[in-house]
Amino acid sequence: MNLHEYQSKALFARFGIPVPTGKVARTPDEVYAIAQELGGTVVVKSQVLAGGRGKAGGIKVVKSAEAARDAASDILGRLQIKGLTVHQVLVDPAANIATEIYLGITNDRAVGKALLMASAEGGVEIEEVAAHNPNAIIREHIDPFIGLREFQASQVASAINLPREHWDAFRKIAHGLYECYIANDATLAEINPLVITAEGQLIALDGKMSIDDNALYRHPELHDQRDLTAEADSETRAREAGISYVKLNGQIGCMVNGAGLAMTTMDMIKLYGDADGILPANFLDVGGGAQAEKVANALQIILMDPNVKAVLFNIFGGITRGDEVARGLLQAYEIVKPTIPMVVRLAGTNAKEGREIIDQASIPNIISAGSLTEAAKKAVQAVKEGVN
Amino acid sequence: MAILADKNTRLIVQGITGREGRFHTRQMVEYGTQVVGGVRPGKGGEWVDGVPVFDTVQNAVDATGANASIIYVPGPGAADAIYESIDAEIGLIVCISDPVPIADMIQVYNYIRHTKSRLIGPNCPGLLTPGQAKIGIIPGYVATPGNVGVVSKSGTLTYEVINALTESGMGQSTCVGIGGDPIVGTTLLEVLELFENDPQTEKIAILGEIGGRAEIDAAEYIRSGKVTKPVAAFIAGRSAPPGTRMGHAGAIVEGGQGSAEEKIEALQAAGVRVADNPEQIPQLLS
Repeated sequence: MNLHEYQSKALFARFGIPVPTGKVARTPDEVYAIAQELGGTVVVKSQVLAGGRGKAGGIKVVKSAEAARDAASDILGRLQIKGLTVHQVLVDPAANIATEIYLGITNDRAVGKALLMASAEGGVEIEEVAAHNPNAIIREHIDPFIGLREFQASQVASAINLPREHWDAFRKIAHGLYECYIANDATLAEINPLVITAEGQLIALDGKMSIDDNALYRHPELHDQRDLTAEADSETRAREAGISYVKLNGQIGCMVNGAGLAMTTMDMIKLYGDADGILPANFLDVGGGAQAEKVANALQIILMDPNVKAVLFNIFGGITRGDEVARGLLQAYEIVKPTIPMVVRLAGTNAKEGREIIDQASIPNIISAGSLTEAAKKAVQAVKEGVN
Repeated sequence: MAILADKNTRLIVQGITGREGRFHTRQMVEYGTQVVGGVRPGKGGEWVDGVPVFDTVQNAVDATGANASIIYVPGPGAADAIYESIDAEIGLIVCISDPVPIADMIQVYNYIRHTKSRLIGPNCPGLLTPGQAKIGIIPGYVATPGNVGVVSKSGTLTYEVINALTESGMGQSTCVGIGGDPIVGTTLLEVLELFENDPQTEKIAILGEIGGRAEIDAAEYIRSGKVTKPVAAFIAGRSAPPGTRMGHAGAIVEGGQGSAEEKIEALQAAGVRVADNPEQIPQLLS
C-alpha cells in the first residue's frame, strides 16, 4: 500500500524529521485559508499516487492566498495525472532551496537487509540517477539486529560530500527515517528532495512511503489512510472479499487458483491473442477451494469491467477435487448468469469427472478445454468471433 | 538419493491442531511421509489422526528424534515458529504460512544463516520427493519418481508442470517450491546447487516469475559452468504491467528491474532452454 506525500511527511515528523508546516485541503476555499495562515509564497501540490506530478502541472508555486485558490480550482477534481484525478492538494510554505539531496530506504532482496541510499543528485527520480550515474548513489546495508549505526550515517554524509556543518542534522534525519521505516513495516521510505535551505536548515520537502501489505494487519492505524480513489471499484470489492485482483485493459477475464498460474494464464492469452489485439482483462487469484460462493463473487468482480468479452477459468485441482470445482462453477453460473463465453479448463485431481459434469450441464456459452494452451486459444477465438 | 527429504526424514508439524495443519497432516501421512509428531502449545498429550501432539518443538524432538519440521501456523506467528525450530536444532524447516511480514523474514534470514538449520519458504507449497516424502501441500498423485529436479517460486504452476512431466513419462527426483515472497529462506540458486550435486537428478526445471533477481543470479551461476545438467525454465509474468504486484508479495517489476524479458534473456544467455508456455517444459528436457 502506497502513502501520499502528506501522509508520509506526517509520519516522518513523528520521528523527528523536519518537514514543511503545510496542510492538506480538498476545496479551493480550504486552500485559501491555509495559504493565508501560512502567509507569503506557498506551493500547491497535487496528492496522487503517481510520479511526474510537476511535469503534469500538478505542482504550482504561488505568491498569494488568492493565487493559491485559483491554482487549486484548476487542479482539484479536474487535473488527471497518469489517469488519476486529483482530489486533494497539500499546501506547503515555499522553501528557499540551496541544495537538493536524495535519501531513501528500501529492502535489498538479494542481500536480505534494508538498504539506505543517498545521493547528492536529489530532486530527480532515483531510478534515473541509477541509470545514468550509478556511482552517484551511496549504499549502506542495515543489519536488522543492530539497526542503522551513527558511523554508517557519517560514512554516507561523507561520501555524498555533505558539508560538515550539516552532518549532525543529517544523521538525525537518517536515523529518524530508519526508525519510521521499521515502526511502520515500510518497504520504501524516501525523502526526495531532502533540501538544505539558504538559511542552512535540512528539511524533507517531499516524501514517499510504501507499506508491506503482508504486515498491514499489525497497523490498524494505517487502514483508513488507504486512498480508495486510486483503485478501481472492482479492486476495492475484491480486496474486501479477500480475492487477489488487479484490473488490466484487455478483453479476457481470468479466474485462476494460485498467483503464478494466474500470471501464466494471462501470459498464454497474450501469447496467442496479442497479434489480434486480444489481451487479459485482469489478474485474479481465487485461492484454494473454489467454493461456489467465492467463485460467484470473483465472477461478478470480473464482469464489473465492461471490456470483458470472455472469461477463462483455469483451475488446477490439487487438494481440491475437479468434480467439486465443477459443481462450484455451475452454482456460481446459476447465481451470476453470465451471457458471454466462458472457457473452462479443469486439471489435476478428478479433472475428468469435473469436465463430465460441465459437459452434462450443456450450457451453450460454456466451452470446455483440456490443456492450458487449448483454453487460451479457445478464449481468444471466442473474443474474435464475438467481434465479427 | 534425492534432495532435502526422503523416506528417512522424520517430520513434525507445527500448528497440527489447526484446520490446515490437521488436513495436510493426513495427506502427508497417506503419502507415506514419516510424520512423527505435532506441536501445539497447550495441547501436548493429545493425538491428531494417530500423531502425538507436544507442547513444544523441543519436547517433540526429544521424544521422536525429528529432524524436519513443517509450519502451518497463521502468518503472524510464523517467525516465532521458525525460531522455535531453529532453537531445537531442526535441520530442515518448511514454512507454508502466508502472509508473513517482510520485516519478520529479514530478521529470520539474517539469524538462521548463523545456525545449522535450513528454511524453505515462507508462503510456499513445500517439497515433495516422489514415492518417499511429502513435506507441504503439493498434491502427491501428480508426481512420480524419476530424474528431473523441479524448483519453483509458485504453487499451482508447479503442480501444472509436475503433472505435465509425469504425463510425458518424465519422473521427478525432488520438487521444491521456494515461495514467491521477496525474502525466502532458500534461494533458487541454492536449490540448483543441491540438484547439481544430487546423483539422482539428471535434468532441472526452473519455474520463475517477475520480481527480484533470483533468476538472474541463477542464470549467472549456470553460465559460470557450475551447473552441468540440462536446464529448462519458464518465467511467469510477461503480460504483467510494471509497478503492479501480481498476487505474490515478490511478484512486482520495480524501478525497471525484475521483468520477465530481462530474466529470460539472462537464462537464454546461460544456455537454458526457456519455454513460452509451461506445457513445453517436458519437450525442452527430452
